[in-house]
Amino acid sequence: MDDRQFDALVAAASDAAVPDDRPGVDFDGLRVDQTDDGFAFETPETTATGLSRGELRDRADDSPYVRNWFFWEWTVRSHDSPRRAFCRRAEGAPIVADAADDADGSDGDADAGDADAGDTDGSDADSDTESHSVPERDAALREGMVTEWGQLRIEATLAADGTRRYEVRHVDEADADPATLTDHDDPLDAREIAERDARDRYRPLKTAPTLAGGWRFPDLDWQGLARTVETFYPATVANWYREQTGELDVDHWRDTVGRQSGIYGVVKTWDRGEGYDHVNWVAEACCDDSQCVKRREWQYDDETDLDVDGGDGAFPCREPCSVVVAAARKWTRLESEQPETYEFELTPSEKEQLEATLDAVADGRVDEIREADVKDDANRYRARFLRAKLFDDDGNLGGVPTDQPEG
Amino acid sequence: MSQALVLVAHGSHLNPDSSTPTYEHADTIRDTGAFDEVATGFWKEEPSLREVLRTVESDEVYVVPLFISEGYFTEQVIPRELRLDEWDVADWDSDGISADVATYTAEDTGQTVHYCGPVGTHRTMTDVIVRRAETVTDDPAVGEGFGVAVVGHGTERNENSAKAIQYHADRVRDTGRFSEVRDLYMDEDPEVDDVTDFFEVTDVVVVPLFVADGYHTKEDIPEDMGLTDDYRTGYDVPETVDGHQIWYAGAVGTEPLLADVALERAADAGADVGSAVADVREATQVAAGDAGGDHAPASEGRADDGRAGTEADD
Ligand code: SF4
Repeated sequence: MDDRQFDALVAAASDAAVPDDRPGVDFDGLRVDQTDDGFAFETPETTATGLSRGELRDRADDSPYVRNWFFWEWTVRSHDSPRRAFCRRAEGAPIVADAADDADGSDGDADAGDADAGDTDGSDADSDTESHSVPERDAALREGMVTEWGQLRIEATLAADGTRRYEVRHVDEADADPATLTDHDDPLDAREIAERDARDRYRPLKTAPTLAGGWRFPDLDWQGLARTVETFYPATVANWYREQTGELDVDHWRDTVGRQSGIYGVVKTWDRGEGYDHVNWVAEACCDDSQCVKRREWQYDDETDLDVDGGDGAFPCREPCSVVVAAARKWTRLESEQPETYEFELTPSEKEQLEATLDAVADGRVDEIREADVKDDANRYRARFLRAKLFDDDGNLGGVPTDQPEG
Repeated sequence: MSQALVLVAHGSHLNPDSSTPTYEHADTIRDTGAFDEVATGFWKEEPSLREVLRTVESDEVYVVPLFISEGYFTEQVIPRELRLDEWDVADWDSDGISADVATYTAEDTGQTVHYCGPVGTHRTMTDVIVRRAETVTDDPAVGEGFGVAVVGHGTERNENSAKAIQYHADRVRDTGRFSEVRDLYMDEDPEVDDVTDFFEVTDVVVVPLFVADGYHTKEDIPEDMGLTDDYRTGYDVPETVDGHQIWYAGAVGTEPLLADVALERAADAGADVGSAVADVREATQVAAGDAGGDHAPASEGRADDGRAGTEADD
């Protein structure tokens, strides 16, 4: 540790010049106090009292607890902020315990225990990231600790001065040679990266699993990390943090649809008091992990869960998004039609071919089907053959008009 | 006490150009350093209006709608989605173009939210229209011998929309700088289709009062005015129509100076913006030689909701 960091530790231990309202050094298992007979230095592994300044320096030098304290309590601070919590997650540090610790930060005695407990049961704090002790984290950070957030791969490492640096890249490019990736340092560059998919198509839903690769943010500080992630996936850090602290507000389908107005007001009429199958279908169509990396937490209403799984995303979706509401408007109109009986003949293989073609479109598989792979039911030549055979000149399947004459 | 500026706009599910000006104006304002945080929120993109307040940590938040007129979005959708539960349109005490600010505590975050009137009705929007004329003609002194047409939707969906057009057309005329100034509309008389009938001077700058380029500004208006039969093939700036030279400027909201109007809105609402207004005004000035020429064809595809600047009911 350098002189500046040691001076910070001494200043904090003596309650002088503490940069916010957290007096003393009492964090993640480390306690340092200045008393009448010298300094007291305590970690889960060691306790020493009556230390001279020089002796304290010997203890502090190369202590993972002190490095940890300096980064979180002197550099980052920002207690109770989603961004701090997000960076804690990136190294498997307790999040909720950290927040609780903070809430009663003035009560020095209780804190060491809290922080300590947080280390051992940190899995409660964040179910998708395992929590580690401070020395374990310190050692792991030297190698690099990897977490994921949607399609982002985040690697936290220990800088020479004990602070953290972060690399962000596409999850599918974990092993890519950095020389093949374009480096960025401005978090706002993420806006442009996220605008279009690998085939240059506009991505209206930022959390669609269609993020293109080919880029890297090689060396972000903690604020840069938070801002980059929030640019790729707006508001996800804030909502995840609310969930971690038990304060996520979920607006269910009925709530969200109920407050629509203008051209979207019509969606209310889709709920006809005849169950919620239609909403199951919406969720299956749009919110499945294959379509959106958020974990859907909204249900039909606060008493009625949907039958469809919400997915495994790291961060929650707290209400139907605008893409879903806009699609629901279309479905409201389509689903108001009454079924008709149409009669035409298909061979068993033709029926299966139609099913496979619908599947291929629904699964976004059309582009993968090779031109000459006529064994694939959704192959283009196969589709064109079927159309040539079954459609009349007006495009009616089996020559049967869509609007049937009365009676 | 930290302060944030939040620009809120329509956005689009189909057209990425819809949000581009919003991002650019946010960047311009961010670079002035006048606010601790600058964020953007959208009706159709992310973060949603519903969640945008969560993305800023400041206690004082100035929300400026990048919309042209007061109406459905500014009066119903935005306050509802931001969860300004105490919102009452009467608090703006507006005659349809005079909304300034109303202040509430956001139900969601506890922040103090200064909800400002839209950029489109602020008096300095007139300056942006003039600047737009300078940009498109590539002449910082444009005026004498030129006409200006300020184009809007019309009253069909929202009477305040036409009021805003008239207001700015009057103000441009009052500067005495241009030879002729008219307000024209897409869906009522005087119609933009007949633009050449309304001007005696040869050169006419046409400025649509829209926040972003989309279907109306890239497809409808150019075709209606006869700049092109098919927007996909593009047109020149200026383009000759019936013996007139039409300098079609595209959406006024894409003009960099619009950032200034957002700053003015926030300053009027009590934000401390230091010298940012003057700084932006200077930084965005037209340097001769950076505009005009061919107008690229409009981007592919028809935008469903690219009419970001209007009070269309979507
Ligand atoms: S509503 Fe569904 S598709 Fe939209 S963001 Fe939430 S989970 Fe994703």
